[in-house]
Amino acid sequence: MFTRTHYKLERHTIGFAVAIIVVSAIGGLFEIAPLFTIDETVETAPDMRLYTPLELAGRNIYIREGCYACHSQMIRTLRDEVERYGPYSLAVESKYDHPMLWGSKRTGPDLARIGGKYSDAWQVAHLYNPRDVVPQSVMPAYRWLARNKLRTEDLGRHLIAQRRVGVPYTDDMIAHAEQDAKAQVDPDSDNAEGVSERYGEATHVRAFDGNPRDVTEMDALVAYLQILGRLTDAAYQNKDKGE
Amino acid sequence: MISGLTLGERQTAVCLSLALLVLGVIFAGAGQGDPLGVHGFIIAAYAVVVMGAVITGYYAPAPGADRLTQYYDDPTKFGIIVAMLWAIFGMFVGDWVAWLLAYPDMTFDAAWASFGRLRPVHTTGVIFGFGGNALIATSYHVVQRTSRARLPDQLSPWVVLIGYNLFCLLAVSGYLIGITQSKEYAEPEWYADILLVIVWVTYFLLYIRTLARRQEPHIYVANWYYMAFILVVAVLHIVNNLAVPVSLTEAKSYSLFAGVQDAMTQWWYGHNAVAFFLTAGFLGMMYYYLPKRAGRPIYSYRMSIVGFWGITFFYMWAGSHHLHYTALPLWVQNLGMTFSVMLLVPSWIAAGNALMTLNGAWTRVRDDATLRFMAMAAVFYGLSTFEGSFMAIRPVNSLSHYTDWTIGHVHAGTLGWVSMIVFGTFYSLVPWMWKVERMYSRKLVEWHFWLAMAGTLIYVFAMWNSGIIQGLMWRTYNDGGTLAYSFVDSLVAMHPYYIARAVGGFLFFLGPVIGLYNILMTIRLSRETAGTGIAEMPVVALKAGE
Ligand code: HEC
Ligand code: HEM
Ligand code: HEM
Repeated sequence: MFTRTHYKLERHTIGFAVAIIVVSAIGGLFEIAPLFTIDETVETAPDMRLYTPLELAGRNIYIREGCYACHSQMIRTLRDEVERYGPYSLAVESKYDHPMLWGSKRTGPDLARIGGKYSDAWQVAHLYNPRDVVPQSVMPAYRWLARNKLRTEDLGRHLIAQRRVGVPYTDDMIAHAEQDAKAQVDPDSDNAEGVSERYGEATHVRAFDGNPRDVTEMDALVAYLQILGRLTDAAYQNKDKGE
Repeated sequence: MISGLTLGERQTAVCLSLALLVLGVIFAGAGQGDPLGVHGFIIAAYAVVVMGAVITGYYAPAPGADRLTQYYDDPTKFGIIVAMLWAIFGMFVGDWVAWLLAYPDMTFDAAWASFGRLRPVHTTGVIFGFGGNALIATSYHVVQRTSRARLPDQLSPWVVLIGYNLFCLLAVSGYLIGITQSKEYAEPEWYADILLVIVWVTYFLLYIRTLARRQEPHIYVANWYYMAFILVVAVLHIVNNLAVPVSLTEAKSYSLFAGVQDAMTQWWYGHNAVAFFLTAGFLGMMYYYLPKRAGRPIYSYRMSIVGFWGITFFYMWAGSHHLHYTALPLWVQNLGMTFSVMLLVPSWIAAGNALMTLNGAWTRVRDDATLRFMAMAAVFYGLSTFEGSFMAIRPVNSLSHYTDWTIGHVHAGTLGWVSMIVFGTFYSLVPWMWKVERMYSRKLVEWHFWLAMAGTLIYVFAMWNSGIIQGLMWRTYNDGGTLAYSFVDSLVAMHPYYIARAVGGFLFFLGPVIGLYNILMTIRLSRETAGTGIAEMPVVALKAGE
């Protein structure tokens, strides 16, 4: 019976193609579509902050250099992971992450809660040459980050694109994107105040690489690393220790 | 190759490459100061090379009208060579990054040479460069032979191949200069993605137009798989790459999805890239070349049907096994696990069907390294799907996820299954295409086989060991109830395995080098004998419905 039906289907190119599309579409529709509509998928966290333009630029460097190939940003709901890295990751923590950087391989440790674990100076030294800090490390040395000036003139456009995909950046933030990026590494400048006004008091405003005058790629990346896991307190309120 | 095109087609080809050149120049101009500008230059240079090739052959005598009564194999020949070049390139980079994990200072303070940028060069080079070209080249051959019809036109097969390789080139060069979306196996940015959509639509139309011309009433099983590969990859590619560019003059874009939805979409894509790129396409290859080389019909028609639809249906549910114990809702994880385990059934049906086909031809498997490549491929396919279904079980995945065990599984599949089926296929196909009796050197094929076996086994065993050790060290507790090992402890324990893997990988890498040499010498042989060898093996054994 069933072979006979199939025997007929095999004679129709278009029919066969349509059958493939239909049969293969079911799984994805069933699993993905509900994630956009079921409210419990992503917790609410009213204290959730946005990435500043500098942090966003740092995130883009993290992507560009392929840090995600060795580092995950997703602490699983397992006891040993919670003890090693901190409270397990909640969906809300990456709700503004376009794209997400959960990762699939831990050649290096998880970075979901690296923010605040080390000083800026440690991060800079580590990125400059990991083996100066951790002799056994196999992480590449990223010296060029200290040499390269950060491109800031296009940050406004980046925020606009982010807004288009759903991140609630305001017109004010977009208009001041470049200024805020420069001010975030220069706490004594007149504009530094504006960064905290727009992005919240908890925003780090300091010379990440030690030099407040130039904005380097190192500044941006370290600013990003120092904010990881710190955009909301939701996960720290969760007392569940995992399986 | 140009001599097979009519004058009109040569003119169209020049116009198309001119259009590409203009596009490249526009990108180069508009994207000044952005990496996009560099890509503009690369596109323009590529267009010039293509145009140069067409113009060089422009005044060659036009092909006779009898060309339409023969199969059109020039694109297949081109695809075979290009696939081998990508194999050598991609595996070289793979071995390079393997050494980088043992000796990290080989980055020479150059951004492009760092691990994070080179790793996607490896994955794209081997999956899309090597695997993709092999699939396109063989699909042209298979669809013509099983339909007993020539490709419907002569230019579009070239548009597909040339466009596709431009996509691969943009992808690989992009990572080196820092252009990436970071989504695994979907790293290229928006403009490269659009290019691939155009190429893929052309490819699909070409494929079904050929099928529509077929002289056989039935569509042979190999074509089902190739069709699933083409169609599903198109859907996956478009959905997962939905993104908003920062501007039309910049390479960077932001994914339309965020967080958990993005993760699910990415792994729905990622897993099915495995399913429909690395599995379905190559099953199509196996279903044609293995029975042909063995000279026996496919063992069971019924198993072909069940295997095919099972794979097409189940795979699409399985993506969430990449996200066990994460912030993805538990019900999706459980669905993914369940379907991954069920997936073993159609997978083994497909593998079993291939191995049963060899029943009665085991002496040939013993004596013929080419057939042995394909038989081993079927075995490794069975092994890696078993392993995959096992790793998809949540408690198992809690150990294997994030570790080298995944890398071991990946390479059992890609070295043992994907690469071996391709090499077996190429060693059968090359003599048929260039009309000689056999490969230039059987001994070199034999050498290649054993290098591939040794390389795969060393690689996979090293990664199983390191992966399991790593996973266990991360979760081991002292008597006092604290974690026993620091992360760096586990890192140090990996070092010997990383060296072993790099050595195994080097052996495997030697294979395609020898293979390309053997293929080129075979082509030279065919020039000397002017292609008087046997042309083609009979098609009888392959009718659908047996
Ligand atoms: C080859 C893989 C690899 C790449 C690529 C890589 N890392 Fe690492 N990373 C490691 C390893 C291994 C360690 C652990 C040893 C150490 O601390 O250096 C580590 C450690 C770290 C740590 C310290 C984590 C901790 O909890 O102690 C940070 C922060 C870090 N990496 C950031 C980065 C950033 C940022 C990038 C991209 C610019 C990057 N890594 C790229 C392998 C890698
Ligand atoms: C010479 C042979 C090869 C060597 C030495 C090699 C080496 C490597 C290395 C070192 C990695 C990175 C692992 C890590 O991050 O820890 C990798 C990843 C990968 N390779 Fe290979 N590789 C080889 C062949 C292939 C082939 C032929 C394919 C596919 C057809 C392939 C597909 C992949 C994929 C998909 C990944 C990513 C795995 C993941 O993210 O989980 N490799 N390879
Ligand atoms: C029944 C079939 C299969 C199942 C159920 C399966 C299952 C899995 C699982 C559970 C993982 C680990 C995910 C994680 O923990 O991150 C994985 C990873 C992977 N598998 Fe398979 N697998 C199957 C067949 C194959 C085959 C045949 C290939 C290759 C030809 C393959 C290639 C890969 C790749 C490339 C990855 C790594 C993805 C990444 O993290 O980048 N799989 N698979």
